[in-house]
Amino acid sequence: MSYIYYPGCSAHAGGRAYDESIQAIAPKLGVELKELEDWNCCGATAYMNVNEVLSFSLTARNLALAEKENKPVCTACSACYTNLAKTNVYLHKFPELKAKVDTALAEANLTYNGNVETKHFLDVVVTAIGLDKVKSLVKKPLSGLKVAPYYGCQILRPLSGEKDPENPVMLEQLLEAIGATPTKFALKTWCCGGSLMGTNDAVALRLCRNLLMNAVEDGADVIAVTCPLCQTNLEAFQPRVNAMFGTSFKIPVLYFTQLMGMAFDMPDRSLGLARSIIPLTVRSKPNPEVRA
Amino acid sequence: MMLKDRKALFERDMDLEFMKEVHGIPGGDAIKRCIQCGTCSGTCPVSWAMDKSPRQIIAMVRAGMRDKVLTSNTIWTCASCYSCTVRCPQEIKITDVMYILKRLAMRAGQKKAKAAQVFSKTFTDLVRRYGRNQEAQLMTRYMLKTNPLGAIGFAGVGLNLFRTGRMPLGAKPIKDVQGLRRIIDRAQQLGGEG
Repeated sequence: MSYIYYPGCSAHAGGRAYDESIQAIAPKLGVELKELEDWNCCGATAYMNVNEVLSFSLTARNLALAEKENKPVCTACSACYTNLAKTNVYLHKFPELKAKVDTALAEANLTYNGNVETKHFLDVVVTAIGLDKVKSLVKKPLSGLKVAPYYGCQILRPLSGEKDPENPVMLEQLLEAIGATPTKFALKTWCCGGSLMGTNDAVALRLCRNLLMNAVEDGADVIAVTCPLCQTNLEAFQPRVNAMFGTSFKIPVLYFTQLMGMAFDMPDRSLGLARSIIPLTVRSKPNPEVRA
Repeated sequence: MMLKDRKALFERDMDLEFMKEVHGIPGGDAIKRCIQCGTCSGTCPVSWAMDKSPRQIIAMVRAGMRDKVLTSNTIWTCASCYSCTVRCPQEIKITDVMYILKRLAMRAGQKKAKAAQVFSKTFTDLVRRYGRNQEAQLMTRYMLKTNPLGAIGFAGVGLNLFRTGRMPLGAKPIKDVQGLRRIIDRAQQLGGEG
């Protein structure tokens, strides 16, 4: 299976481990990822605050570049995914907007006809590749590892299509396929605060506190995430949460792709595990099944 | 009697232009269908931090209460999580409504808009320059402009990110940054905003 890969800006910064682990596991899964040539920022949530046509035009440039390749686009960042999917739908639905975006794109001799399919990497793994294939690659099942399946917001909304935005189960199914035990995690689709961590941290830190508390109460050893911003907010800002609320959370936050790579018994280095601020020491942890 | 002396809002006080501006976004007409059920407010993960709930904001937009809406902290508390948009039974794109309100508040130079405005401005300047966001530069510039003392709290976070190789400091522009800039300039002009 072949996709145009849209890494997003975080892939080279806060979310490097995500990108590294994706590049490591994709060939095993039989997924060919070709990076979109000369891609630009999707605009995140900041551009919509400035200018709507501009926000859609930025994403449309990426879609226009991808259309030349005639393959679906795959991204692993939930914010990038929402922007790509939303732009696709809006350009189709609102001709007036499309006319403006077309005019802007023409400035760089680009056109977009609306023919690019957009996918989140989690969806590619679970739906396109399938859990049977994932299971066949597992060499070291993550037995006994309790994982809080955290979806966050933007992977599910606003254009979730066939997926269930209220109670998604894809991530749980995937975690089970690699031998881990997903916890209940009632807040699994609640927001981490996103970029409010920069502009309104009192609100964002409280949201993260709630999520961390819920994960820990359910007995999770680690939180699995599908978005680089969720990862940064929940992990890098954990000490800030502790300072603000007098808590003592120290729970690792890994990308689902890192957990997959661990179950496939791939080297730590290839999965970016050393980039964890709060490392997971599962490999040194006795396997309860073996012990019994 | 002056407007501020009476509680009731009269029809002549309604700012019709304000409503038109909100209706003007793609699918913006849907706001007329609001049944005030409050699903948005009940859904919102941050409504506890808002001075007006999302349901109230929509009612106030429909009543043409420009100033009260644009000075509320609600629009700056929205995290763009889209939960309300998913659940709204009338299919109002509430997140998009919050976005247009943010833009209108910025244009009006609202005080509460300042932090978000600086954040967005810093972000868009970086993208115009490189074609991509540079997280390290974004956070440093933003913190220095808005809250140099608060930067101390973020220093530990930044240090950890740097230590784990997650905060590269170098940056170079994408290949066709010139073309991208032409798209940006044209889109900005067509958008007629900011």
